[in-house]
Amino acid sequence: MAILVIAEHDNENLKDATHKTVTAALAMGGDVDILVAGKGVKDVAAQAAKISGVRKVLTCDHVSLKRQLAEAMQEVVVPLMDGYDAVLAPDTTTGKNFMPRIAAALDVMQISSISGVESADTFVRPIYAGNAMATVKSSDAKKVITVRPTAFAPAAEGGSASVETIADPAMPTTSEFVSEELSKSDRPELTAAKIVISGGRGMGSGENFAIIEKVADQLGAAVGASRAAVDAGYVPNDYQVGQTGKVVAPELYIAVGISGAIQHLAGMKDSKVIVAINKDEDAPIFQIADYGWVADLFNAVPELEAELSKAGF
Amino acid sequence: MKVLVPVKRVLDFNVKVRVKSDQSGVDLANVKMSMNPFDEISVEEAVRMQEADTATETIAVSIGPEKCAETIRTSLAMGIDRGIHVKTDAEVEPLAVAKILKAIVDEEKPELVLLGKQAIDDDSNQTGQMLAALLGWPQATFANEITKDGDSLTVGREVDGGIQTIKVSLPAVITVDLRLNEPRYASLPNIMKAKRKPIDAKTPDDYGVDISPRLTTLKVAEPAGRTAGVKVADAAELVAKLKEEGVI
Repeated sequence: MAILVIAEHDNENLKDATHKTVTAALAMGGDVDILVAGKGVKDVAAQAAKISGVRKVLTCDHVSLKRQLAEAMQEVVVPLMDGYDAVLAPDTTTGKNFMPRIAAALDVMQISSISGVESADTFVRPIYAGNAMATVKSSDAKKVITVRPTAFAPAAEGGSASVETIADPAMPTTSEFVSEELSKSDRPELTAAKIVISGGRGMGSGENFAIIEKVADQLGAAVGASRAAVDAGYVPNDYQVGQTGKVVAPELYIAVGISGAIQHLAGMKDSKVIVAINKDEDAPIFQIADYGWVADLFNAVPELEAELSKAGF
Repeated sequence: MKVLVPVKRVLDFNVKVRVKSDQSGVDLANVKMSMNPFDEISVEEAVRMQEADTATETIAVSIGPEKCAETIRTSLAMGIDRGIHVKTDAEVEPLAVAKILKAIVDEEKPELVLLGKQAIDDDSNQTGQMLAALLGWPQATFANEITKDGDSLTVGREVDGGIQTIKVSLPAVITVDLRLNEPRYASLPNIMKAKRKPIDAKTPDDYGVDISPRLTTLKVAEPAGRTAGVKVADAAELVAKLKEEGVI
């Protein structure tokens, strides 16, 4: 069995989601290759070659692949699938965008956001915002799978796979990149952070997120938000944790002024330790929190900041 | 521009999900069902396009059992012109849905298909992308802004890092995200008016599409549960607990 993993990267750095997807691929058994498709991806390919257990790295370098738009990715990946039994990509917004397109072109029913590998054709995936876990078996000859990175440990480094360049195919011209407005932050990425502190509607305004940001900086944490806080315009969309936003599973998740709608819980309930700060003692978030603190967040968060300073943070 | 809007009937987002004790699936007997929230957003966008004279005709499609007609009716009450109901009691996977939608596109020849980015029941996030592939059309997923610009659409997309803007030529498939618009409530006169709007009844066979599933669900289980922990009284106690846990 040969498996192709499509690398997640920004043309400079390989993202950790790739290492986790490799772990899922290795659990299926067989030879695992990585495809790095992008523009100027020599360094990314070199990083991918170091992942332990990888047979070889394929690179496809073309200006149309710089943003990995779905139409271009389809042209690259579909012809390669003659030589593979399965293709996996992380279920980031990039993978979610291009993978079903590849699946349909191959006449395959994709298996989305798997959180477990039972065998080479049977997988576990969350449905209904993670309120149920389905075990599904695929009868398709080839498997097209997106992987929930938080559910898998990253594959180790220490490999030395060969790197091969593949010819770039004719690129479609029906879609083009115009611009990008990416949130800039010195804090760790939400999905990769060991500690996440999120604010909800209870924050009251975007300015009030400053009190959360102070604690985040003390702890080296990422800042997230509930849908309510994003919809209210307090913070940008890429802060959203939940069923339709980002799924995180840090060591510590601190929910501030978040009531705990199931759609939010879907994005964070696999965190190791959950802390909830909310003035409403009946808030559903307390039912899943390891440590609950019933308090007005505008007193509690500064108090937490002071206590952390005292402890040397 | 003619716009096709597929809508799915799903368990209402406010209903607590219960897994059946025999692990065969989720209990959908006698629970409230509604239009998938993301599809409400695509319906709203199509209606707004018509109000702005960007769309000339809007058509809603739903695939599923008898009661999906209610979901189509809801979209008609919001302002969609007419409906197509592809009746089947079988569970239809995204790939088969995309194949039926392709056949409808071949017949109706819309220039734009607007879909929700995912259905909140199976959380697959596939149908729009699959339809685009089958049609050979460009796609813009997770849209939070759509502007028509001659023969193309400029679409702002919610991506992991922020917002990405792309341009797709028409015809195209767009899937919508949460913040594209806020769907309206249908007014009573419009609900009455919707009763007279036509809904064509069809079957998957009419479109020659094989809907046999490719995936078999072996079991559906409850997720690993979390239970409420302890309450802390102040910051000092919290910091002490977190140190004990070794997470800070």
